[in-house]
Amino acid sequence: MDKTARLGEIVAAHAGREGPLLPVLHDIQSEFGCIDEETKRFLASALNLSRAEVHGVVSFYHDFKSEPAKLPVLKLCRAEACQARGCDSLAAEISVVAKDRCEIETVYCLGLCSVGPNAMIGADVHARLDVGKLTQLIEAL
Amino acid sequence: MRIAISDDALALACGADQVAEAIAKAAPDADIIRVSSWGMSWLEPLVEVDGIGYGPATVDDVAAILDGSSGLNIGRIANHPFIARQQRLTFARAGITQPLDLDEYRATGGWLGLEKARAAGADAVIETVTDSGLRGRGGAGFPAGIKWKTVASADGPQKYIVCNADEGDSGTFADRMLMEGDPYCLIEGMAIAGLAVGADKGYIYVRSEYPHAIAKLNAAILASAHIVTPFDIEVRVGAGAYVCGEETSLLESLEGKRGEVRAKPPLPALEGLFGKPTVVNNVLTLAAVPYILANGAKAYADYGMGRSRGTMPIQLAGNLKHGGLFETAFGITLGELVNDIGGGTESGEPVKAVQVGGPLGAFHPASDFHLPFDYESFTAADGLIGHGGIVVFDESADMLAQARFAMEFCAAESCGKCTPCRLGSVRGMEVLDRIKTGGRAAADSVESLPQMHNAPKQGRSTDEELSLISDLCETMKFGSLCALGGFTPYPVMSAIRHWPEDFGASADMVKDIS
Ligand code: SF4
Ligand code: FES
Repeated sequence: MDKTARLGEIVAAHAGREGPLLPVLHDIQSEFGCIDEETKRFLASALNLSRAEVHGVVSFYHDFKSEPAKLPVLKLCRAEACQARGCDSLAAEISVVAKDRCEIETVYCLGLCSVGPNAMIGADVHARLDVGKLTQLIEAL
Repeated sequence: MRIAISDDALALACGADQVAEAIAKAAPDADIIRVSSWGMSWLEPLVEVDGIGYGPATVDDVAAILDGSSGLNIGRIANHPFIARQQRLTFARAGITQPLDLDEYRATGGWLGLEKARAAGADAVIETVTDSGLRGRGGAGFPAGIKWKTVASADGPQKYIVCNADEGDSGTFADRMLMEGDPYCLIEGMAIAGLAVGADKGYIYVRSEYPHAIAKLNAAILASAHIVTPFDIEVRVGAGAYVCGEETSLLESLEGKRGEVRAKPPLPALEGLFGKPTVVNNVLTLAAVPYILANGAKAYADYGMGRSRGTMPIQLAGNLKHGGLFETAFGITLGELVNDIGGGTESGEPVKAVQVGGPLGAFHPASDFHLPFDYESFTAADGLIGHGGIVVFDESADMLAQARFAMEFCAAESCGKCTPCRLGSVRGMEVLDRIKTGGRAAADSVESLPQMHNAPKQGRSTDEELSLISDLCETMKFGSLCALGGFTPYPVMSAIRHWPEDFGASADMVKDIS
C-alpha cells in the first residue's frame, strides 16, 4: 500500500473523535518514525486545517520528529530525582559506549523516581542503572 | 501456595517479570498472581508468599524464597512499619488486588461510592464532596466541590470531565501507581463527577512516558463500560510536553492544538474543552471521590489539619534509603518524612537539600524539617507541596547547578506564550552561567558599538549578577501567565537563599538575600 493510502486509513480510523490530530500524529509517528512535510500537507487537507497549524502542532511536542531516528533510541531520565541518584555522571560515562550504537535522548521523569537512574527503550523501563547495566542494555540494542 | 508479584512499571523496571518467570519455572504448581505495588520501591521486586514478603528479589533468590530460607524475608507485608504507619484511603488496594480484576474491585468496596451517588443525586454528591474539604491534589489546591458546583450550574447540553494525568513533575509517581494499580477507582471517581455535574463524557489525558498506565486504563475502561454507562471515557496520550500538565494547555492539547496556555478568564469550568463547561481534576483528586461517597464527607474530613483535609499520597524519591509511596493525613513534618520514613539518604551522606513539589518547588534545607506537610505551611515558608513529591539530595548536590537546571527546564518546556518565561528562563541560564565563572567581563565587541548606548559597558561582579537574577525571578513570578514561568523562581531563589556559598556570594550579599 502506498503511504498516502495508509495515511488516509489512519485518519479514517480516528474520524469519530473530537479533535483527532494528536492521536493521528501518534499513529503516524509510531508507524513511520517521523512526520515529514508530505505527511503534514496530507493531514492539512484531510483534516481541513492549514499547513501552518499542522506544522505548529508537530513542532510543539517533543515526541514528534521531523526525521526518523537513525539509531535505536534510549530515553535516559535527567530530571531532579534521577540527578540526586547520579544520572548526570552516568550520562557522561556512557557517552563513549553509546556513540555509534544508539541515540541517547533526554527525558524529564519516567515516574520511577525512587529507583533511578532510569531509562526507557520503547515501552520497556529499566531502573537502578549503573555504568555496567547501562552498557549491557546499549550493547543489546 | 499463593505468590503475588507486582506488575507496576517500577517493579517491572526492577526486574519483576524475570523473577516471576523464574518462580513459575521453579514452582509450577504455585498460584502466581500479578498485583499492584505496595509502593515500597526499595523492596521491588517484592515477592509475597502467603502474606510474607521477600525483596528486593532477583532471579538468584528464587530458590531460597520458595523454601522459606531467604534472608530477604521482611515478614508479613501488611505489618511492615512503612505500611502500618500509613493512612491509606486512596491507596487502600495498593499491593493487595489485581488491577484489572472486577470481582476483587467490587469485593473491596468498589462501586459503592457510585451506587450511593446514584441514589443520592447530583446536588447531594456536590454537597458531600464540598463538605469533605477535598482540594485539588494536582498542586493548586482549589476546593473540588466549588469547581464541580460551577460546572454543574453552567449552561449547556454538553459538559466534560477531564482527568489530568500528565504527571510530569520529577519525584512524583502517585498518579502512575494509581492508574496502573487501581484503574477502576479513577474510573469510578470520574463517573461520580460526571453524575454530579451532568457530563456524559470523560477524557483521561496521560503522558506518553507512561505506556503501562495507558494500557491498563484502556483495558479497565473496556471492562467497566457497562457499569459506568451512560458515562463514557476515552484515554488521550500526551506527546512529551511538560506544560500540558497545566490545565488550560492540557485542554488545548486535547483539542489537537499546540499546548499553549490559555489566559483565564474564561474559567475552564465555564468554557473548557471545545468551549464547553469542563471539570479538570487531577488523578488523585478524582480517585479520592469514591472513598468520600462510600464513607461520607466526615470520614474523610476527619483526617488532616487546618484547611488541608483528608490524606495526601506523598512520594518519597531521590537519594533516600526507603523511597516509595506514603499516604498519610496532612500534618506530618518534612523531617519525619525524610528521616523516619525515608530512612535518610541512601548514600549515607547528610541531607543537603529537599525539593518539595516537583521541578517548580522550593529547595528546603534541614532547618525546614519542622514544617508540617500541608498547603498553608509550605506557602508560608516560600515553598509549595504541589503534587506531593519529595526529592532528597545529599551533600554532593551543587545548588548552583540545580538552580541552573531549573531555568534550563523552564526554557526547554516553556510554551512560549509570555515573555518573562520564554526569554527570562534563557537569560536566567546565562546569568547563572556567568555566576559560575565569577561574573561578567567588561563589554564585548557588540556592546561597545556606539548604537548600543544602553548596553552595560562595565563588567559585573557575582553579587551584581545575583541581584540581577533576583530581579529577573521577581519579573517571572509576577509577569508569567502560568505556573511554569511563575514558579521557576521558587527553586532558583530558594537555592540562592539557603546555599549562597554555592553561588560565591559575598558576606554582604548573603545578608541582603536572607
Ligand atoms: S509562563 Fe511560560 S509556560 Fe506559562 S504561559 Fe507563559 S510562556 Fe507559557
Ligand atoms: S526523575 Fe527520573 S524517573 Fe522521575
